[in-house]
Amino acid sequence: MKRENRAFSHVYMVLLVIFFYAPIVYTIVFSFNAGRSLTRFEGVSFQWYAKMFKDSNMMQAMMYTILIAVLATVISTVVGTFTSIGLSRSNKIMKNIVEQINDLPLMNPDIVTAIGLLMLFSAVHVKKGFGTMLIAHIMFCIPYVMLSIAPKLKGLDPNLCDAAMDLGATPIQALFKVIVPQIMPGIVSGALIAFTMSFDDFVISYFVTGNGVSNISILVYTMSKRVNPSINALSTLIIVIISVFLLLVNVVPSIIGKKKAKRA
Amino acid sequence: MKQFRKMTYPYVLWISIMVVAPMLLILLYAFTKEGNSVTDFLFTFNNFKRFFVDSVFVEVLLRSLRVALVTTILCILLGYPAAYYIAKCSEGLKMRWVLVITFPTWINMLVRTYAWMGILQDDGIINKFLGLFGIQATLLHTEFAVVLGMIYNFLPFMILQIYTALTKMDGSLLEAAADLGANRTKAFMRITLPLSLPGVISGITLVFLPAVSSFFVPKLLGGGQYVMVGNLIESQFLTSGDWNFGSAISLIMVIIIMISMYITRKVDKTEVMEKRA
Repeated sequence: MKRENRAFSHVYMVLLVIFFYAPIVYTIVFSFNAGRSLTRFEGVSFQWYAKMFKDSNMMQAMMYTILIAVLATVISTVVGTFTSIGLSRSNKIMKNIVEQINDLPLMNPDIVTAIGLLMLFSAVHVKKGFGTMLIAHIMFCIPYVMLSIAPKLKGLDPNLCDAAMDLGATPIQALFKVIVPQIMPGIVSGALIAFTMSFDDFVISYFVTGNGVSNISILVYTMSKRVNPSINALSTLIIVIISVFLLLVNVVPSIIGKKKAKRA
Repeated sequence: MKQFRKMTYPYVLWISIMVVAPMLLILLYAFTKEGNSVTDFLFTFNNFKRFFVDSVFVEVLLRSLRVALVTTILCILLGYPAAYYIAKCSEGLKMRWVLVITFPTWINMLVRTYAWMGILQDDGIINKFLGLFGIQATLLHTEFAVVLGMIYNFLPFMILQIYTALTKMDGSLLEAAADLGANRTKAFMRITLPLSLPGVISGITLVFLPAVSSFFVPKLLGGGQYVMVGNLIESQFLTSGDWNFGSAISLIMVIIIMISMYITRKVDKTEVMEKRA
């Protein structure tokens, strides 16, 4: 009886993995399809990759996605870090107010945040495009950065900073040499979350963009109305980029750690 | 260290403009009707009245709630056993399983949802498989496809939430229950399940909320004719340009979400209380 249960649960997990990965494998396989069909595989070809690299819309969307993700990550990480540090020294009321307001974009459905920003940008007569998309991304990334830094700051000994200053460090030195290194793991994971949030965003970008500026998500959404196998090639490229990115993030630190351990 | 406090001020200004002002704009637009100039706003409840009087809109709302509810329930039923399985694995396997479950969520949702369009087509791989048994089914552009797409996108979040709650549980409680004569089913019902409820609750938040407001899953997998609240809001803002009505719809949606979250939390609390009593 017990063994049967076990076998059943193994089968269940295998089915679940198939469910999660089938669409990914499907996309990769059909990106090499010789025909236009999304259902019949007619032989291997690289034509959709060639088409993708020639398609200026796709290349532009790719560039915008990466550029915005990098800029939004850098800016939101820097702002989020300093705000979090400042907040950890502020009084309770200030903390509460900022935390409550930060919760709004996290708790609200994306579409609500999106239409709010859309109306804000048009109320102040800002032309929609690259700038508005970047500002919007910075706006929704900062709360994630702060959320991942906050626990690290909570565990920090407040006397450390005072000790540094008693020993003659200026406040700025204390900030960069004492506080920032201590909360670095939180900053790094916050930056990672910010990057993926920005890289994957569809809803907010879709509403606040204009002027022909689109990211990958918007492109897939607008192109999906017609059969276009180049989307599979683009998707495969994204899957490869994300896999490499995740591999670097997960494996490289542990390899470096092992090397350091060996040297020590 | 008081000088560091000043570092918060720019951000307070920023969120006032970028977070608070947009919310106020939604409220403002929802309760006004379009005047001739930008500055004259006329207070009205008409946007809300228009929504609830028209059966088409109410139907869309009910459909969204139904789809989100079915998605959430199925995510709990499918996700709980998976989370339980992973939580029972050895430490090394646990991390590997978490990686396997989270990896797809790192890939763009649009990209993954688009893949289902090919799989679910009439001559797609599922129908070819069903064809072996002589069955043919229309899958794409049905409510089934929409629910499937949502489960696909949101199930990992549910699994991870329940898994986290299960790993936080003190294993000695189960040993104690066994020592006191409880069988495995009883121990599960009286200890594991109640202690994992907080995970289920936060999982519900992560599934129900995006499911009820989603608009690209219904558009891609439900087809142009299949409308949910998200699509309704999208069309008000991007095609028909009726921002007042669009704001009112999103306000209705937010209120419904808030009420359902409140009820879920309340149920959680009363259940814990009853167990204690």
